[in-house]
Formats: sequence, C-alpha cells, structure tokens
Amino acid sequence: MKKFAFYPGCVSRGACPELFDSTLTVCERLGIELIHEPLEGASCTGAGVLQEKNQKLGDTLNARTFAMVEKTGLPLLTICSTCQGVMAQANYRLRSDKNYLDEINRDLADENLQYSGSVEPKHLLWVLFEDIGVDYVKSQFTRSLEGFKFAPFYGCYIVRPSDVLALDVNPDRKNSLEQIIEATGAELVDFPGKTACCGFPILLINETNSTKMVGNHTLSAKRKGADAMVTPCPLCHLNLDGYQPSASLLRREKINLPILHLPQLLGLAMGIEPTELKLNRHIVSTKKIISTLSVTP
Amino acid sequence: MKVEYKVKRYNPESDVALESFDTYVVELDQAATVLDGLIKIREEVDNTLTLRCSCRSAICGSCAMRINGQAMLACNTKVSDFEENGNIKLLVEPPGNMPVIKDLVVDFVPFWSKVKSVDPWLKSSHPPKYMEEHIASNESMLHLSGVMGCIMCGACVSDCTVLEVDKSFLGPAALAKAYRFVSDPRDDSTKFRLKALEKPSGMWDCTRCMQCVEVCPKGVDPMGRIMKLRDFAIQDGYKNTYGAKHTAVFTDSVKNTGWLNEFQLPLRTFGIFNVFKLLGLLPILLDALVSRKVPPVFHHKLPSVSSIQRIFKKVDLQITKRE
Ligand code: FES
Repeated sequence: MKKFAFYPGCVSRGACPELFDSTLTVCERLGIELIHEPLEGASCTGAGVLQEKNQKLGDTLNARTFAMVEKTGLPLLTICSTCQGVMAQANYRLRSDKNYLDEINRDLADENLQYSGSVEPKHLLWVLFEDIGVDYVKSQFTRSLEGFKFAPFYGCYIVRPSDVLALDVNPDRKNSLEQIIEATGAELVDFPGKTACCGFPILLINETNSTKMVGNHTLSAKRKGADAMVTPCPLCHLNLDGYQPSASLLRREKINLPILHLPQLLGLAMGIEPTELKLNRHIVSTKKIISTLSVTP
Repeated sequence: MKVEYKVKRYNPESDVALESFDTYVVELDQAATVLDGLIKIREEVDNTLTLRCSCRSAICGSCAMRINGQAMLACNTKVSDFEENGNIKLLVEPPGNMPVIKDLVVDFVPFWSKVKSVDPWLKSSHPPKYMEEHIASNESMLHLSGVMGCIMCGACVSDCTVLEVDKSFLGPAALAKAYRFVSDPRDDSTKFRLKALEKPSGMWDCTRCMQCVEVCPKGVDPMGRIMKLRDFAIQDGYKNTYGAKHTAVFTDSVKNTGWLNEFQLPLRTFGIFNVFKLLGLLPILLDALVSRKVPPVFHHKLPSVSSIQRIFKKVDLQITKRE
C-alpha cells in the first residue's frame, strides 16, 4: 500500500459524490491508501475564483494545506484538475520567492504551521504513472473495454500553464488520459477540444457561452464516434454532464454523451460493478454503457 | 534534415475548393525556424503560398500562426522542437478566431478595433505642459514591463476559448492593453475604464482557461491581467455584475465555512429575488434531483474554520492596492 494525504476538493464532497465513492473503491484496488484525517481541516483551494479577489489570500490558504501535508510526511493526492492546477500555481509562486514564502509563513505561525516548499500536489491521473506505474495499473484491469470508444477531456488547469505543471519534465502528463483510455482496451477518440475549456467558470456569468462550449466539445467527440467522455476534472463533469441537456436544446441536436470520471473508467476496466462506481448518478444516462458491459463477457 | 509541412490553404478566388491542405517537404538545417521553411517553400516550391512576416526576430508580431494546433510565432519556433522519432511533421494553419484573407494571412481589423475600444492611450486630467515630460518613477512602472512587452501578434486571440464561441468578447489582447492603462500611475481615468470593462463581453467573460497565458510568446500573461482588472473593479466598488457577485459569494463561502457551498453559489450570485434567473435553474435542479447530484443543502463548516477565518482577517486586509 502506498499512502497519500488525500485532498478530495469541494465538488467531490458536494455535487459529485460519485467521484468520491469511485475514487475510494478504485484506489483500494490499486494499493493507494488515502489518508483523510490530515486534510479534513484544509480549505478550498480558491479554484481561481477567490484569487480574482486576492491572490495572496489564496496562496496563504494553499500554503496552509501544504504545511499540513508536510507535517504528515506523505505525498499529496488530488482528484480534481482545478485543485491540481490552482495548487500547482500557488506552489510555484511560493517556491520561487523566498521572501513571499516567509511572509506567508508568518501568517501561518498562529496555527503552528510552516511550509518549507517540499510538497508536490499530484492528481490521481499523474500518480498512476509516476507512483504506481502504468503497468501495474494495467495488471489490475480484468475487463477489457474493447468495442467502446472514449474521448478524453482534461480540464484546463491540469494542462496549462505547462511550465508550472512541469509537463516537459514529466512527458506522460501530456497524454496520460489517452494512454489510460487505450490501456483499458477501449478505442481512443482524439479530438482538438480535449484540452479546451468546458465553460464551467463562466456558467453563472455567461451561461450562453458556457453552454456553447459544452455543445461544441460533446458534439465534436460524439461526431467522431465517442460512446463517452472521460475526465479527471469534476468541474468539467458538472458542466459537460449537467448542462448537456441545455446544450442539446441550444444546438437542437441530441447529444447523450455520458461523461465518466477517471476513477469510474478505471473501475469499469477493473471489473467493478457500474452501480458500485455510481454510474447511475449522472445526469446524462450511462445506461447504454452499462447494458453493453453486461452483454460483453 | 527533411521537414514535412502540411499547410492549410485558403483562396477566396479559387473556383475549386476554397479550403484545402498542401503538403511540402523541404530540406532545412537544424537551427531553422518554422518561418525559414515557409519562406523557402514560397521562394522555391510554390510562390502562391501567402503568409505575413517581417522582422524574423519575434519583434514585429506578424508571423503568428497555428503550428501543430497551437498559436505561436513562426519565426520564434524551431522546426527541431517537433522532432519525433527522427521525423518532423508540421501542421501549419492560420491563427484562429479571425477571418482568413488568404492561406496564413488573417484579417486583423476586428483585433485592432477591440484594442482601440479600450482607449489605449494615457488619459490624464493634468497633462504635462508643452515640451515637458510626464514622468513616472521607475518603481511605479516596473510591474508594467511584462504587459508592455506585448507585440500584438494575436496569438492569444487566436487560441482564446471564449472568442471561439462569442466573437463579441473583447479578448485577451485588448483586456491586457486595458490593464496596462488602468495600472499606469499617470492615468487617471481608471474609474471610467473599469466601468466600461465590466460591461458584458468585457473582463468578466473570460473563462480563465489559461490558453492565452500558454501561447503568449512574450510572457504578457493576459489572463493574469484580467484577474487583476477584476480585483481592481471589486476594490473600486464595481460589484454589481454577476461576475463580481460570483467572486464575492465564493470567497464568502470559503471564509465562513472553509469550503465551497455549491448550493448557495448560484442562489446568492443571482440574488434570491431574481426570479427570472432562478427559474432558469429549475431544469438543472430537477435533473440533479433525479440523479441525486444535489449538493448538500445544509453545508457544514470545516473543523478548523476559525484558523481559516484568522487568515482571512490577516491577509484580506492587506489588499494589494494599485500603485
Ligand atoms: S516575423 Fe516579426 S515576429 Fe515573426
């Protein structure tokens, strides 16, 4: 078992309980022990929204989380592209300016916390490659998903800015999702929208634009034959799944493209029951996937 | 070494297909840029290939185009960067989000009209007298050096994900330019500028996708500037947009409970008397109810919320005021 300090993020504990539950199931199978307690008091990363108001406030809150992680001596695991990116950006600023870090540490001192800069926030998607080994992950796959066609959808903050996320140093990060899809036996549906924005951040500000983005991406994946889309970002999931009916109305076209969370895809390939992975808790029905699974041996 | 160029062609006068791809293979040396190859093609292989370039040194901003799917300056990009298993294959397309005139040349009129719309000049109520300079201290201008490095190449506009769905959006280049003047210590029409920028299609329409940050060849960080504009707008009391309210409600939620209250976010952003907007939430609420995806209505506080609140008190007060 490899231990990680677990940072579930707000959404997996809110509107995406299926992500939370499927993560627990799948991680157990993969020998990833998620330690919940150390970060139970860790705040929201700010998601880039709080940073609009006050970036330093966001950096302090994230430094606090990192300091809590440092105390445990464990690596940090996230399951949200947005958390991943916002944490990586904060970490980048904290690490590259000693004075800034000192200043922020002074604000953490009340709580007896100190951040030295050693934490490396890592999304489960990266952990699969960098800590578990993709061959081991594959060895846990017992059900081939051959016959399915899946399109990847990353979420902005796990692909940009590339320097902050050290994509060049860890080249697997650039196509990890594609590799995982192919490892399950499914056919990869590559499409240019895979690294674009799902529109979620402007949902409450400009719903039309946000919904247009949902329509563009889901339809372009669909036209390339995708049976479902797979995402490591619960915010993308919320928009691509939840607002797909609106996008469908806007485009006057049926879409019906299920949006799977990364752990749900892993779980299906591990032979775990779809209900255990909470595939029934999506807005866009996953029934077609489930029924195809049950007829294939 | 051999480099394969697949170039998107567009000829408005063609009587066959308007859009097509042509493939050229050229011999280039290790240090060659993508632009070197294109010029070689135009000069030696196909003189109908149309492109813009001038300085060849990443200064003039004429040669932005999409190379293997991403906007960059052709003169600042080495072909060898794309080597894969000994092969170099390039897909060269015109910049996106702008109407194509021919091949790799696009119409910059919409780009310039948006830049012009932010009044990209100093507006001072006490301009210097004749033959005098309007001097600002070095320190007060230093933080602007990044944004002043913009060469108006349009790479950010090309790959902006909002412009892809909404041509009316001001876009990263114009907004970064607006920031440049909002933050200039000699300019004193900040209020008017922010008021204009908070309108629809302005600063709050950016979706924070970082595409502009990623593709900018000059480190202008347009999205970072847009975030700053939002910060300034909130500080200056322009709080009546959904964008500003969204930020305020989000921040409040983290302050009061330590994490995001997803249930309250839309309700409080729109306001509980905003019947029209709230009715618009009904379909998604019903869908969410059916699939049991409604976030908890009773949102608990994190165990250590008092420490989080202490940080808010300490840090939120030291707001980074404009120079
Ligand atoms: S030719 Fe001037 S920037 Fe490339």
